[in-house]
Amino acid sequence: MSTLILLLVTGLGLGALYFLVASGLSLIYGLMHVLNFAHGSFLTLGAFLGWMTAQRLGAESWGGFALSLVVGAAVGAAIAVATELLLIRPLYERHIEQVLVTVGLSLATVALFEGIWGSDARFITGPPWLDETTSLFGARIPNDRFLVIGFAVVVLAAIVLFLKHTRYGTIIRAGVENRAMVTALGIDVRRSFTLVFSIGGAAAGLGGVLAAHYFGYVSPSLGGSLLIFAFIVTVIGGLGSLPGAAIASVLVAELQQLANYYLGGTGDFVVVVALAAVLLVRPTGLMGARA
Amino acid sequence: MSLLNRTKPLLVAVVAIAVMAVLPLLNLSIPGVLPTPTYQPGALSLLALCMVFAAFALSYNLLLGTAGLLSFGHALAFGAGAYGLGIVLERTGLPLWAALVVSLVAALVLAQVTGAISLRVDGIPFAMVTLAFAQAGSVLVRRNPGDSTGGDEGLRLDSDQVPGWMVGVDNTRNLYWLALLVLVVVYGVVLWIDRSRVGHVAAAARENELRVRVLGLTPYAARLVVFTTAGVLAALAGALYLLLQSGAVPHVVSADLTITVLVMVVLGGVGARWGVIVGAVLYTLLNQRLAIVAHSDAVESLPDVLRVPLSEPMFILGTLFILVVMFAPGGIAGAAGALTRQRRSGPDAAAASAAGAARREARAHLEDADSETPAEVRR
Repeated sequence: MSTLILLLVTGLGLGALYFLVASGLSLIYGLMHVLNFAHGSFLTLGAFLGWMTAQRLGAESWGGFALSLVVGAAVGAAIAVATELLLIRPLYERHIEQVLVTVGLSLATVALFEGIWGSDARFITGPPWLDETTSLFGARIPNDRFLVIGFAVVVLAAIVLFLKHTRYGTIIRAGVENRAMVTALGIDVRRSFTLVFSIGGAAAGLGGVLAAHYFGYVSPSLGGSLLIFAFIVTVIGGLGSLPGAAIASVLVAELQQLANYYLGGTGDFVVVVALAAVLLVRPTGLMGARA
Repeated sequence: MSLLNRTKPLLVAVVAIAVMAVLPLLNLSIPGVLPTPTYQPGALSLLALCMVFAAFALSYNLLLGTAGLLSFGHALAFGAGAYGLGIVLERTGLPLWAALVVSLVAALVLAQVTGAISLRVDGIPFAMVTLAFAQAGSVLVRRNPGDSTGGDEGLRLDSDQVPGWMVGVDNTRNLYWLALLVLVVVYGVVLWIDRSRVGHVAAAARENELRVRVLGLTPYAARLVVFTTAGVLAALAGALYLLLQSGAVPHVVSADLTITVLVMVVLGGVGARWGVIVGAVLYTLLNQRLAIVAHSDAVESLPDVLRVPLSEPMFILGTLFILVVMFAPGGIAGAAGALTRQRRSGPDAAAASAAGAARREARAHLEDADSETPAEVRR
């Protein structure tokens, strides 16, 4: 029983990480129909710079940890905005080329990260509380799991509130529904593109710092490995659907955890089978409205 | 004139193949590009590798150029060819050619199944789903099920299993010729598909799916045929890779390899067959040379700001790729096409005063370019 609870909570933590990556991907895809392959690089850069910040201030202090989160999110947002302005915007409406540019960016940035920080994983430390465990129904759960879950919930709530209750949020939601109509109303959708990119980048950067604590290391390939599962999550959840991304993140991560433990480490495989099954039954994903 | 125009590509192709075929018998040195003179194994194995990737890139061009399908899982087919042939050879003890047929049939089934599922979605979702399948393949290969793939170590080709004329450094020449043969065969099949009814339906569906449906044709079936053909051709390239490298490593099923082939195709020009070959050869040579440049004294002595990026070949190739996508969407073939058009129309344009002449000229251009025009990806 306690093993199952540990697996479930850990899976929820992993799902939270997937959500932090997938939320940005899904919003960007929903509004702009751009599949952002460089999203993993945003995450990796956030993780590395967050880690360096924490080291300067003392990795074990809460202040250092908090600032590393802020730096991670800010760096993610900044590089995302730069990407949107310099690479995505000039290729307006040419979706395949936009994807190709982000592929090139991910290729170049991962190589650059390897050049700067080396390709080996760097093991990191955080405030000691994160390494301690809390007892929950007899299961001893590492505290960092709760932290990751908490942050994902906060990010989800913040994005939902932003989308529902602000003017820009309304524009973005309308843009996802029908971009032509929003443009026809005389609203500059391009500004909301940049905004969506910065939100997605911030979530990814924050996710990077948290992922580094969850896995216990940073490496140039950190973002890429999470990105593939974030892709799967976005497809299963329904492209462009934020609630879909949230639900699918949890489902995929739990499935992966349970299969890894009970089915002899076949987690990755089971996830892909689940993706195939969802596509066969419902090509638009769980919460996807349109094809 | 039109006869000459029609036979010219064929003539060029025959000459190119003939030149490639006699290279191992010549003593040509291209310093900075080839490591040794052309008759020696070093240069021949590099050139053969270029041809393996050219064949792979041609098969990818069938997906992206002809059918407009952006796949991120094409390495799965390549890896299926490499690992498939290796495993069949090791497990069944069949002779090479029989084993090749068995592994290609297996690759065909794999492509058929993954294609049938992934083609339920198109555009960007298709890219993500194919990526997921390739990821599953990559995980499977690394996990070494039943000691068949060798895990991270990779699979070694048992030299007892292949004919003697392929084994050993002295026989690199033979492998080179085999690679050339495979490239020609792949080119032929790609050309055949492009000119066939299925190819036309897939290309039409790329431009306007609704119209194709209204005409009562099924884009899905055409796409599936193209996807499966591309898969089998990639597997053939993969099998050749296994023979050439005497083994397969997990890298050949990774997402990285798919991105690599994508870079080759875009560099050469999406939809342009010869451009894609040039792109693949250029990429392979660049990748090789940049690694050497990265460790040269000139780079080592630079300040960190320059040294770090320059010592990463993938950084340079990635940046080059971004620049091509942004500023030269037709790739090398597009740039070459623009150059020849300019040259041809330069002095003639002044003379061609009548609108009719200009129109005739434009049509002639279209005709002689129709097989090689880079179909710009614009969807």
